[in-house]
Amino acid sequence: MKAAAALAFGVLFAWGLGISGMSRPEVVLGFLDILGDWNPALMFVMGSAVPIYMAAWFARVGKRPLLGGPAPKGARHDLDGRMFAGAALFGVGWGLCGICPGPALTLLGRPSAGGLLFLACMLCGMLLYRVVDARRAGANPA
Amino acid sequence: MDMTSIQGPLTGGAMIGMAAAGLLLLTGKTAGVSGALYGVVTGERGEFPWQFAFVLGLVLGGVMLGQFMPQALPASAGSSLPLLGLGGLLVGFGARLGGGCTSGHGVCGMGRLSRRSVVATCSFMAVAMATVFLVRISGGSLS
Repeated sequence: MKAAAALAFGVLFAWGLGISGMSRPEVVLGFLDILGDWNPALMFVMGSAVPIYMAAWFARVGKRPLLGGPAPKGARHDLDGRMFAGAALFGVGWGLCGICPGPALTLLGRPSAGGLLFLACMLCGMLLYRVVDARRAGANPA
Repeated sequence: MDMTSIQGPLTGGAMIGMAAAGLLLLTGKTAGVSGALYGVVTGERGEFPWQFAFVLGLVLGGVMLGQFMPQALPASAGSSLPLLGLGGLLVGFGARLGGGCTSGHGVCGMGRLSRRSVVATCSFMAVAMATVFLVRISGGSLS
């Protein structure tokens, strides 16, 4: 049941990316180009997605999900160097290509060499993180 | 900016919000694409079934877009191949180190009013905007 729900919401999420313009790198780069020919329209993607999620979150905070299982953990408010460093690296990559992880997956709907290369390298970046993280954990056992 | 140019972002954003909210209400899971993908490629967090299904749904949705709304997807990924390779590496590594991406931090975390996610989102957006600016003034072309 949970997997079926996740599949359906994944499809809806992808259509949201497509209809909003987030799935087109040139639109994303136009949104990020605030000091150039700025296209602010993508602000409204977060502007409508966030309040909808917020309503659901605060309506159900601390409660168990409808399909069972534990209640989700509360929001995190801590800040650390890893988060800042990760956000900075992510920002450089996003700014270079205009592609973030969701759109990297929807690009498969119209396959191109560049899109496949981005996705493959993104997965390699994740695996590289796993190796680095395991080494770090090994060097400083908690 | 006219009204028609924000209709797509508003509608699409609402669909993204409903998808993330629906996943939260039914399963209690966070619709973070980089986190789900990481779970699928590492397969060791006990969350594999829903994460795999969510990623599969995103790919399936992309294939449907390519079929029924091809203008929503670019014919090419835009940038040069070396830039796409570098960008992909940075996005994948950075999203995991930073604990989330545009969906996990930007939609779900912001919606929870998580200070960590608000700061992360502001940080990666500022860096991405600075990157676009620097590429442009250095004479580089992104397309």
